[in-house]
Amino acid sequence: MRVVIAEDAVLLREGLVSLLERFGHQVAAAVGDADALLAAVREHAPDIVVTDVRMPPGFADEGLRAALELRRDGLPVLVLSQYVEQTYAAELLETGTGVGYLLKDRVGDVKEFADALDRVAAGATVVDPEVVRQLLSRRRDPISRLTPREREVLSLIAEGRANAAIARELVVTEAAVAKHIAGIFAKLDLPPTQDGHRRVLAVLAYLTG
Amino acid sequence: MSTSALEALGSRPLPFLRSSWPWRALAYLLAGAVFCVVPLVVAALSEVLPGWGAVGAGIVALVAFGPFVARFERWRMRLVDLSPVPGTRERRREIGLAVLTLVAFWWIDLAIVGVAVGGPLLLVLSPVVQPEAAGAIAVAASFVGIALVPVGAYVLTAWAGARAAMVRAVLAPERAELEEVRRSRARLVDAFEVERRRIERDLHDGAQQRLVALTMTLGLARLDVPDEAPLARTLDRAHGEAKQVLAELRELIRGVHSQVLTDRGLAAALGELAARSAVPVTIETDLDVRLPPPVEIAAFYVAGEALTNATKHSSATNITIKVEKSRESLLITVTDDGHGGADPAAGTGLTGLADRLDVVGGRLTLSSPPGGPTTIRAEIPCA
Repeated sequence: MRVVIAEDAVLLREGLVSLLERFGHQVAAAVGDADALLAAVREHAPDIVVTDVRMPPGFADEGLRAALELRRDGLPVLVLSQYVEQTYAAELLETGTGVGYLLKDRVGDVKEFADALDRVAAGATVVDPEVVRQLLSRRRDPISRLTPREREVLSLIAEGRANAAIARELVVTEAAVAKHIAGIFAKLDLPPTQDGHRRVLAVLAYLTG
Repeated sequence: MSTSALEALGSRPLPFLRSSWPWRALAYLLAGAVFCVVPLVVAALSEVLPGWGAVGAGIVALVAFGPFVARFERWRMRLVDLSPVPGTRERRREIGLAVLTLVAFWWIDLAIVGVAVGGPLLLVLSPVVQPEAAGAIAVAASFVGIALVPVGAYVLTAWAGARAAMVRAVLAPERAELEEVRRSRARLVDAFEVERRRIERDLHDGAQQRLVALTMTLGLARLDVPDEAPLARTLDRAHGEAKQVLAELRELIRGVHSQVLTDRGLAAALGELAARSAVPVTIETDLDVRLPPPVEIAAFYVAGEALTNATKHSSATNITIKVEKSRESLLITVTDDGHGGADPAAGTGLTGLADRLDVVGGRLTLSSPPGGPTTIRAEIPCA
């Protein structure tokens, strides 16, 4: 894949470049601020963008705003954040599928990180487990109606896993996973449709509800 | 030890008479004699200049001498009042004081010194100054004079103290004093806030980035080591520890300064606060505008402290944070369904909250009957 990276800390930017190259991706550009990111995307037309939230010149949420802009054109974006902010996660998820929001710490788990990148590029939605954990510990209605197993399944959905992957992770059959998911949808009042988007809606139900 | 002449008047007579206060009062009042020069000069001028010229000269003298009079008054006030006079340096007040001093105070000062010192002195000296009086009467008058010395001391000190209080009231009204204290506290709080942001920035740009890079390097190194190699276990452990440090650092940084508050405002920051709370929190707000940073920070602080208190002490199972914005103030109400009985005197948390609010001119009210519920209300002006 062709990737554009935006990260203002040089050490980290170079680390990300070598990590992605190690996994066989091509880094088209690695830049240090949001404006340069938008310019690099126009120039290189990458398959996916990896960006930090906080970047020059204001060191506020420039990276996130740039990511939201790129998402309007449907470009897959993986946003790395120094810490979990529900607001940011919700804003990103509302832009549809093919988006990821991970704690920066996760790049240390190189394999999982590379895997998350692939999934976002393929159009999945990846939310940091920490976001999900916070939501599950806080919400009561209607999330409180979910069984512990269903919560586990939902947190894995939020991480962008497919049913087969969830089944492997929880060491159950795929049919059992499908049953849990049906239970989640029912309890969250998500009517059955042909649209796979319901999985994202389920996650969104936490973030914005 | 008293700190002012007026205060000294309240002490017992003997210690008072033995103290330096009557003498200080005398020196204070006598120093006022220098002002008699100004009316004398103006009077002399009126001989030379036509009537209106003298009036004009008088006014010019008042305006020109105002600051000097004020400085002199501040300086000599230390004789009878040890607490410092805060400086407002208002021209209007200084001229007012000059008028008061030149028109009235200086001769009242001298008249009182004359009565309080001169009266007893004359009586004591009556055998000398009134040789024509009968010897017995003169001696009796001397004794009366001696008996009047303490009275004179009280009169001197009382007038000096009252005069100093009047000068202080003109030069440094209490309102200005409180206002200055409040402003200085606000400056302090601002400085702390700037410092916290700087610390957060430094940790974020420095240690945090390096630790992320370290975990990444360890992760990449691990890829090159086969699972069964002994090095793999060591690397895994190092990796795990680095991640643990990173997680702890993240919590620490978050406690220092809320980035989301700066970026997205109060409603978003309260949302994050609620998300991390161990007790379920409901937030009710229709706040969709950004408020001045000191207001947002103070409100966020109130909510944070109230949440911590409720979680730690009240065994609440449900907390509601309500934020309402009226035209001139922000009202933040935190209610929990715990067992109540919160006592502001018991810990420093609630007092600290009240202090923190005071800086932005806000008010804190607490209702926490035994058995609950506890409601903390903070009102912060933000016109």
